[in-house]
Parts: sequence; C-alpha cells; structure tokens
Amino acid sequence: MSLPRILCCAAVVSAALGMATTELAAQTPGFSGNSVKIGVLTDMSSINAHMGGPGAVTAVQLAIEDAGPIGVPVEMVSADHQAKPDVGASIARKWYENDGVDMITELTNSAVALAVQNLARSLKKVDLVTGGVADDLVGKSCSPWGIHWTFDTFSLANGTTRTVVQQGGKKWFFITADYAFGHAMEARATAVIKAMGGTVVGGARVPQGTADLSSYLLQAQASGAEVIALANAGTDFATAVKQANEFGITQSGKRLVATIIFIPEIDSIGLESAQGLALTTNFYWDRDEASRAFATRFTARAGRDVVPTEPQAAVYSATLHYLKAVKAAGTDDATAVIAKMKEIPIEDFFARNASIREDGVLVHDLLLLQVKTPAESKKRWDYYKVLSTISGKDAFLPLSESTCPHVKKG
Amino acid sequence: MSEQTSRAAALVVLALAMIAAPAFIYPVFVMNAMVMALLAASFNLVFGYTGLLSFGHAAFYGIGSYGAAVLLKDSGWPMPLAMVGAVVAAMVAGFVIGGLAIRRRGIYFAMITLALAEIVHFGIVQWPAAGGENGLQGVPRGSLLWLDLGSSTTLYYVVLVVITAALALTYRIIHSPFGRILHAIRDNEPRAVSLGYSVDRYLLLAMVLSAGLAGLAGALKTLIFQFATLNDVHWGTSGLAVLACLIGGTGTFWGPIIGGVILSLLYSLLAESGEWVSLILGIIFVVCVHLFRDGIVGRARAAAGRLKAATKFTA
Repeated sequence: MSLPRILCCAAVVSAALGMATTELAAQTPGFSGNSVKIGVLTDMSSINAHMGGPGAVTAVQLAIEDAGPIGVPVEMVSADHQAKPDVGASIARKWYENDGVDMITELTNSAVALAVQNLARSLKKVDLVTGGVADDLVGKSCSPWGIHWTFDTFSLANGTTRTVVQQGGKKWFFITADYAFGHAMEARATAVIKAMGGTVVGGARVPQGTADLSSYLLQAQASGAEVIALANAGTDFATAVKQANEFGITQSGKRLVATIIFIPEIDSIGLESAQGLALTTNFYWDRDEASRAFATRFTARAGRDVVPTEPQAAVYSATLHYLKAVKAAGTDDATAVIAKMKEIPIEDFFARNASIREDGVLVHDLLLLQVKTPAESKKRWDYYKVLSTISGKDAFLPLSESTCPHVKKG
Repeated sequence: MSEQTSRAAALVVLALAMIAAPAFIYPVFVMNAMVMALLAASFNLVFGYTGLLSFGHAAFYGIGSYGAAVLLKDSGWPMPLAMVGAVVAAMVAGFVIGGLAIRRRGIYFAMITLALAEIVHFGIVQWPAAGGENGLQGVPRGSLLWLDLGSSTTLYYVVLVVITAALALTYRIIHSPFGRILHAIRDNEPRAVSLGYSVDRYLLLAMVLSAGLAGLAGALKTLIFQFATLNDVHWGTSGLAVLACLIGGTGTFWGPIIGGVILSLLYSLLAESGEWVSLILGIIFVVCVHLFRDGIVGRARAAAGRLKAATKFTA
C-alpha cells in the first residue's frame, strides 16, 4: 500500500470520527431521548432464571400497560446477564451511557446487582433491585438513586427467627452453606435468637454442592434443638429438605425453617418432602383477591404453567410505581423521579404498608408462611398457608443502624 | 505489493481502526474484547507452543483480578503499581502451580492445573477480604500521571497501549530463541532433551510468563469493570480461554486474539436474545469445531496458501 492510500484511509476514518461526535437530536423538555426507557437485566439462562428471567419481562410489560399513557412513549429493553457480573455491568453501562435507558430493574444475582448499583450511582441513574438480596445494596453500597424493592438477607433472617421464637421455638440448630450468604444469614439470625432469649445449641458449615448431608442431619437430631434452620439456597436447600424428610425430622416434631426460598423450588421438591417448612417471603400469589387477579393475568400472558414469583411481583410493583412517579414529576431526571417515588403513596398487591426510606429500603410487610401438606393442597400451586404478617418496621434493619454512607445520622 | 508491505499496511489500518474505535463502538465492549484476547493469547503461549493444555488459567486471571482489586481498593496503591503487584502475584501462582503440574504431561497436566485452580477458587470463596459471592465491588480506577481514568474513553487508550505492549511481548517470546525451543519441546521432547535443553525449566518459564500475562488480563478487567467476582476464578473462565484459542487457531499469534474477540462479541450480542444464549453458543462451538478444525486463522492460512498456488499455476 502506498503512502497516499494510507493517508486517504486515515482521512476517511477521521472524517467519520467527526461525524459521530456531532450527533444532533430534538429534545422534549424534561425527557431525555423523548421517551422513558426501562432496562430489564435478568438471568434468563442460568440458575436463577426460574425466579426472574422471562417472567420478569412479562411482569414489566404488564406494569407498562397498567401505568397507561404518561405523556411520552415508554420503551423496554431486556438482556440476559448470564450470571456473569462483567457481562451484566457492560450491558448496564451501554444502556445508561449510550442507549438512553433511564432505569434498570430486576438484577437477580447479588454480585450483578451490586456491580450495576455501583455503576448507577456513579452515573446518577435509577436502579430498582428486585432480585438480589445482599445487605450491602442498602448498606455500604447504597445509592441515592437506587431502591431495593424486596427483602434482603437481614429482613429474611430477622423476620423468620423473630416469629418462630415468639411461637415457642427456643433452641436452634443451623445447617449453614459455607459461603458469605450462609454466614451472613446465620450471624443475623443468631443475634435475633439471643436477643429474644433463645439459644443456639449447635451448627454445621456445609460446603456448597454437598450431596450427602446425613452426618449434619444426625448432629442436628442429636443436638436437642427444637428448630433446625437451613441457612442455604437453591440446590443445597432442596437436598437438605429432601434428606431431612428421609430422616423423619419434621415428623419427629422438630421444626424445619428455611431462610430464602421461591415457589418454583417448592414445586420441584414436592409437597411430600417440603410439608411443614416455615419460611419468610413478601408475596404469595394466592394471598388475596388482588394477588390472585395479578397471578391470573400473569399466567395467561406467560402462556406457561407458572405463577408469579416474589421477584416477578416485585418488578411489576417497582416498574408501576416508577412510571407513576415519572408521570407525576413530568421528567425522567433521576433525582426528581426518586423524590417523587418517595413522596407518592405506594399501595398495590405486592407492597403492603410500604414506604421508601432514605437508604433505599422499601419497608413493607413480610409474610410468615408454612408449606401445606399434600392433603391440604387443593389445586395446582396451592402450596402455602399464611401463618402471620410481619410488620415492615420489625423486619427491616432500623435506619439508625444503617451503614449507608449518605444517610445522615441524627 | 510485496507480502511485507501489505502486512505493514494491514497493521497500520488495524492501528487506525483501534484508535478510532471508541467513536463508533462502546469503549467498554472493545476493552472487554481486548482483555479476552490477552487471556486467550496467554493460554496459547502454553498450549499452542508447548502443547500443554492448562485448565487452570482462571486461577491466574482471578489472582490478577482480585490482586488488583485489593491493592487498589483496600491498600490504596496507585494504579500502575497495583497492576504490577497483581501481575507479580499471578506469576508467583504460575511458578507454584506450574512447578507442580509440569512433572506430568497430557491429561494429567490438565487435571493437576484444574485441581490447583479449584483450590485457588475455594481459597477466594473462604477469604473474608474477598467478599464471597458478592465479590469486591466499587474498586476505584484511580489515575495515571495527569490522566483521570474515570472516563471510559481515557481508560480505553491506556488499556489499548498496555494490551498492545503485552501482545507485542508475546510475539517477541514466540519468535525468540526461547520460543523456538518451546516449539522443539512440543514437537519432540526426547530430542530436545538429547540436545541438552533442560525441558522442565523451559516449560516452567513458559508457565510463569503465561500466568503473568493472564494476571495482567485479570487486573485490567478489574480496572475496566471496577469489580472482581468469583466468576473470574471459576473454571468456566479457563474453559473460555481454551475455547477462544480453539476457535481462533492454536499455535498462531493472531488465532487466540481473533478467538477472544469473537467470543466476547458473542457473549454481549447474544445477551439480548433471552433464554437462547447457551443454545446458540453451543451450536456455534459445535459448528466451529467441525468446520474449522485448526481454527479460523489456520483455515484462512490454508486457503491463502491454496490461492497462491493456484495463481502461480495459472500465471
């Protein structure tokens, strides 16, 4: 290649460069890109696809329809982070910086949620986390433009243990997954049990993916505990429940307590094994008329044999409230919209007695549920009975103890 | 146009394209692709040139990424020092893992590297400072001299320079007398021994260099995304390096680079196709393995060779 040709190439490249940087667009005052754009970043193909995934996209579509016209078009984009934080973060960055996305939601998988929230904070953008449960999301990684629209590790551990101790379960044994989530759950729950006059008689740390839990279950049986808490999740949890059933632990009068569990997991374990299990959550499709109505619409739209899970109900609620706030504020500016979201009342089938706190916690009522016996279950997905409602004030970490940097300590 | 000038012209065009890229493509995507390319190139240094299939490159990549995160975030080291620290940490790991693994060949070498990398994974899961499955988040990018790296475009040019230098280094290694000896060991080890070369020392040095480059890729990844997570040390990342190499073509300089770029493109492009990502990727891999047995670069070379022979014949 001769020198003139190389120079010619360079000229073409730099001309194109110049054109790309002088982009012009007509703007409606208050709305960037003349529309409100919502990004659903979720797990479509990995271990958490059943609780978020395509169902979360369906829920967001329903929320956009229910919000009605807000003055500008509402668009939705969705992507699969494949449970890889680097994939998730690079999509989120592109959405926020290049594609004019105003709000990212769902964010199942705590590592992805934390990565996106840190990014959203640095770009001053809205993120509504309905999937991840890490305490840091509203603790040291909190964001003035981020709201955590579901339970966290603290409220799950706190809600369940408080209620079960009140109902008379004083002696506890922990079967804990040996990684950060399990450790955090156990530490939180232990603190509550001790504060309420209960005792922890023993515990076992179990490596992730352990297939044979018999020695741990025998320890639990021999410990004299009244309550056996499973501080684990996913497959580890399913294994523990099935084997506890084989050892006749629930039949022997001991109580089995779960810390985090979603309805598809009960479906896969089966009522025969899971019956009697106590758990805390914030949504059950068959709770009342309003939740049943949503579940019916959701199932019809999804076109599959599914009911909405907690993160799917949460993503509906969060998106609907976000769009109401955008309409009321007349802008998609992050600071103005978040202020409006905190101002206007929230009340839907998901968020009961709810309010948004300064640190980004959506304080709302949680439910203590028990898994039905096969005889009690009358229809498909009829899996839980509601034992009690846990007030949001009792369940979530008090604001005075928050480690969130932008919360002013009084 | 002679072969040399056309090659130089291609390099100039590539350089211009890389310099202009941030104006057209999202810089974080390009940086991610470059990191994947460097990881694949580091793996290729061992697999392509000595024939040893390391299934433990995630350990070096992860040590680089966690090392950089800890040094930047907790110890507050300046960016260049943190990068060097992370690379040194990965090289030490390469020395230990390599030292144990090169005593065996073939599948046993792969198994030993995999096992040791799993130990590194487990160690990081249990290490309190690493934040477990949440990873180390919010790592500051810091600054380099007067440059503020907070802007992705500024960071892009820094990463471009570093990765170009690292790839140039692998090119030098491959084409040095040392690289020739690695070739000789791969092709006929007993003969290399009989010629008086201390094979184990050469292999160990190749492992250490490769670990350092993989560690650099990991450290740059932390700098770009501002976090280190368990995904970096997961064996899946080792698998990715293997795949990138196989798709692009092992034992060639450009093969792993092209493979790495293609893989990272696939991951980000397919992210928006919903539940089908894994299936589509799987099909692509099967097709690649069947149609491009010696990788894209290997195939392209063979095709170019045939074309040359054909033109010679007609002329």
